[in-house]
Formats: sequence, C-alpha cells, structure tokens
Amino acid sequence: MNASRPDPVLAVQDLKVHFPITSGIIARRQVGTVKAVDGVSFTVRRGETLGLVGESGCGKSTTGLAVLRMLDITSGKVEFEGEDISGYDRARMRPIRAKMQMVYQDPYGSLNPRMKVADIVGEPLVVHGLASDKDKYRARVAALLKMVGLLPDMAERYPHEFSGGQRQRIGIARAIALEPTLLICDEPVSALDVSIQAQVVNLFMELQERLGLTYIFIAHDLSVVRHISDRIAVMYLGRIVEIATRDQLYKDPLHPYTQALLAAVPIADPEIEAQRGQQIIVGEIPSALRPPPGCRFHTRCPKAMEICKSVDPPMKEMPDGRAVACHLHGSPALGG
Amino acid sequence: MNTPLLSVRNLSTRFRTERGTVRAVDNVSFDVAPGETLAIVGESGSGKSVTALSILRLIPDPPGKIESGEILFDGKDLLKLDDEGIRAIRGDRIAMIFQEPMSSLNPALTVGLQVGEPINLHRKTVWAKALDKAAELLGKVRIPDGRSRLGSYPHQYSGGMRQRVMIAMALACQPRLIIADEPTTALDVTVQAQILALLKELTRETNSAMILITHDLGVVARYADRVAVMYGGRIVETAPARQLYKTPRHPYTRGLMASVPRLDGDTERPLVPIEGQPPDLASLPPGCPFAPRCKDVTERCRIERPPLFESGPSHLSACFYHERLAA
Repeated sequence: MNASRPDPVLAVQDLKVHFPITSGIIARRQVGTVKAVDGVSFTVRRGETLGLVGESGCGKSTTGLAVLRMLDITSGKVEFEGEDISGYDRARMRPIRAKMQMVYQDPYGSLNPRMKVADIVGEPLVVHGLASDKDKYRARVAALLKMVGLLPDMAERYPHEFSGGQRQRIGIARAIALEPTLLICDEPVSALDVSIQAQVVNLFMELQERLGLTYIFIAHDLSVVRHISDRIAVMYLGRIVEIATRDQLYKDPLHPYTQALLAAVPIADPEIEAQRGQQIIVGEIPSALRPPPGCRFHTRCPKAMEICKSVDPPMKEMPDGRAVACHLHGSPALGG
Repeated sequence: MNTPLLSVRNLSTRFRTERGTVRAVDNVSFDVAPGETLAIVGESGSGKSVTALSILRLIPDPPGKIESGEILFDGKDLLKLDDEGIRAIRGDRIAMIFQEPMSSLNPALTVGLQVGEPINLHRKTVWAKALDKAAELLGKVRIPDGRSRLGSYPHQYSGGMRQRVMIAMALACQPRLIIADEPTTALDVTVQAQILALLKELTRETNSAMILITHDLGVVARYADRVAVMYGGRIVETAPARQLYKTPRHPYTRGLMASVPRLDGDTERPLVPIEGQPPDLASLPPGCPFAPRCKDVTERCRIERPPLFESGPSHLSACFYHERLAA
C-alpha cells in the first residue's frame, strides 16, 4: 500500500462506502449493498493536484464526498493533516471543513438563486464567525471576487445574471473564502462550453500557485485531467486500479483499463487519429450491486487470464513508484 | 463532381422569445455528398442542433419557424413538401439519432415495436416480418440475443445499449442520410468509442451519409470527412477535416483548438482560452458574431458582416482576414 510520504495533506486508507439497498414499504429490509467505494487508498501531498478519473459509477465522486465526510464512511481511515477524522461528528468536523472545501460540477444548481453574489461568497465567513468586522468582511469578499476574475460591482447581483463560467468562478470564490488547504473539485468544468473550460482550468492553476492549494480534481475528461494533475488515480467499480504520476500514466499505462480508457479518447488531429490503432474494449461497466468476482475488470479485459476470474488482484507498488492492481504486473509468485 | 445528396441553401430559422426574435440559424448553406460524414461543430447556442432539426422540419412552430432557404434532398426541396410528404421521408430515407436515448425512446413500448415500427410503416411490412427484421438489426448493432430482447422495455437496457437501439431504429430502412445530434455526449468514454465506431462502420457498409453534430474536436478528428464550424447561428468556417485542423482560417476555429487540452499536448504550455462568453443570439452585434471575443478584431469586423470567402480548395472562412491567418 501507499507508504507514508513526507507531509501528506490527506491520507486515505482502505476507504469503503457502502449503501444499503432496501425493499418493502412498512418493514424495510436490506436486500443488497452497493459498494460504491470498496477499499480505496491514496495520499495527496501538499501543493499537488491528484486527478481522480473513471467512468460513471466508478466511485470517484463518492470518494470525494466521503473524504469531506459529507457521506458516512463504512470503514477505513481518512487522515487530514495527520489527524484521523474518520470518526468525527458534525461538530468536530466544522473546523476541519474550513480547511477542506468542495467545488461542484453544476454551476446552476449549486448556487442559491435568492442570494446575492456577495452573500454566497461571504457565507462561509459568516458561518465560521469571521464576519464581525463589517468593513473587513466586505473587503475580503471584494478581494475574493477579484481573485477569481470577477468585478467588485458584481457583488450585488444574483446568480441568474451570470453565465456558466462566471457562476463557476463564484463557486470557486466561495470555496476559497476560508483559505482552505485542500479543494475537492468534482467535475468542475464538464458543464461548461469548451471555449470557457480553458478559462476555468487556468484559474484553478493560477490559484494553486498563488495560494499553495492542494487539489483533488475529479473528472471524466482525461485530457483536462492530464493538463492539470501531477498524479492520477484511475478508478473502476469502486477501486483504484492504477495510481501514477502524469507522465507514467499517459506515456506508459500499465493497467489494461487505463490503456483502454486512453485509447478511447480521440485526439483533435485527423492525421494522428488515422494512424492510431483503435483497440476499443467491449461491454459496459457492470452493476456495482453485483461486481464480478476476482478482478472487477476481467469481464471486459482483453488480457484476462484464468486467475483474473477468481483472484482479486491487490494493489502492488512498482519499482518506479506507481501502484497497479493487475495480475500482469508485479507478482511473479502469482503469474504463470 | 458528385451531385450532393443534401444541399442546404440559405437556411434561416428563427424563434420568437420574450426578448424578441432570435435568429438561431442565419443564412446557412452546406452540402453533404453520398457516403460522406460532415461534422457540424459548435458550442451551445451556435445553432447546430436547430440546423439539424430544420432539415427534418422538426422545429416546433410556434415559437420557431423556418424563415427561408431551400433544403434539397435528392433534388427535392423538403421545405416544399406537405406534412405527409415529410413524414414519408423521416425515419425512412433520412433518420435521426438524438443525444438522450432515454427521452427519445418510448418507455411504454417494447424495444421490438420501436425498432420494427419504421419497417412496418415505411415498407408496409407485416408486423411478424418487421419483428424478424428488428431482431436482425439488434444483432447488427451488437446487442446479444436480439430476438429474446425484443420484448424488453428501454429501462431494462443500459445507456449504451439504448443508444444502440436508437441506431438500430435509425438504420431500419437503410437511410441515405443519418443525422446524429451529439449521439454520445451522455455516454462514458469507452462506450462513446464503441458507439461511434459502430455508427461509422454501419454507414460505410450501407454508404449512408452522416451529419454528426458535436462540440468535441476529438470526435470530429476521428470520424469526420468534412467539418462545418458554427458560431452565433452562422457557419464561420468549412473545410475537409484534415485541412481544417492543419490550417484553420477562422479566429474562432483557431481559438477553439488552442483552448482545448489534448491527450498528446504539451502540458507545460498553458491553455489559451477564448475570452468572453458565447454570444447571446438575442443581441448579436451587427458585424461578425465573433468580433467581441476576437483577438484580431478591427473596426470593420464590428460594423460589417463578413461573408464566406474562398480560402483554399473547398475551404470557406467568414473572416475578412482569412488570408492573413494562413501564415
């Protein structure tokens, strides 16, 4: 597993988030369990961006919400700046939440339409009792708006007066209001028009440099993730299948699922596309209600072996520092 | 020179809104050759979907109306047909695939009935035979056990499988033209690749032409023969795909390409965004619709509307300075 490295902001160990499926109207009984996140471990170092990628239902958003403790953790450990927060209740989470903030996907649904921009951005300051000095409070809100590229006179307007890209800026201003250490960004640009995405991606990178922020960047767009991340974790059906630095992952993906994902992404150049071999994997992600036995990817894996059908491959650290959960890699004892 | 299968001439479609009349498609012309895949690229509000819906006369009226233009399909103007005439073409010789397979399939009818319907309707085939054909089509779009799944309902299929059903319906009568409006935007990337590859393979097999509407420059590069870029209801550039990517001749096309990160891009180089917002169709500037966001804008661009200039073989650009952009 991931050995502890110097100064991790976040260390997640064997995190599990299971949702019970119940049936019946009066006497509700549990008929199954969705293992949305099923044994995930990773660390995030100070000042870095960890990309979390995977297709819908892989558990990437659930992982983000569980780290923030907005969802109950079934088991496992979440350590934030060395403090084990997995058992914390709401009250004990409050000071932690000031340092861990979330940026949401939908810039339309995540801002209260009845609040002025100034109140949306300033609310975290009020909640955490940092708004007693009115002048300081107003100056802080103005500074935050400026930091995300909005004009101070926009403070008195309502969200509906803004475009999607501007709304996402408002959401970011709110998220950084309390000077957090860690920002968890859940598909923060996927709802935006392509010409606007670059504006917001650049803003994230600028703010990181200026404020020393640490990001978990959750997205399904592998090109955007590649641009912004230092390291990337690839998820499939509730598990991390590969975690590596950007160059390792994109130049030489080891896990067959990572390889399939990258092959599926078209490159915006017809000449390159004409030369690329298109190995498209078959099938779709199986239900998280009944994940396949053994390696969860074996039903779609072009390289599946006999062992993959029955033995769940553990995460193994490779000599170059990355980790992969695949029987093809790093297990001479099990291979053959 | 091939005669085009579809020839759209000076198409304008407007919508009445609370804020006045909006010209969602403004004087758009393009051709599609038999067997060719034309991609129409644009962002939200560019008019790409309204263009597609106009071809099949699926614009709700009111509030929408096709104001002017010609849509020549096999030499016949679709805008001059009566309702019965256009219905005979929809789903038969021109088929459409929509973005949301869940909302475009009827949840109360079995998949077999929906895939068989166009065959029954257009080919006057008895239902028993139409269902045989439907089972065969499901096999063609790689839905295993097609026959036994004819009796299933759309909700019993996954997202990717539903989109396969949509493709099976579209292919039922071997259309000459398929219009696919963001057919894979709602799907995961590995499923997107499967669906688009299937669509491409099947259109090649039947020599059907395709209009592929998308915002994804990667998808265009992988599947299109020719590209039309739309902005603010107009076509601003059109060219064969390779040429467009190699030598884009409109600042908007160039801006798009510089702002989208690529899987093989240089990660050290920052993205160059297009500043500003996509245009508001209700208050378009009098000149070039891209002028407010263009880095190389001049006074002329703000006043005068640029027509489409010939900028190379089969390459048109609606920029006064398209020649300067060649360098």
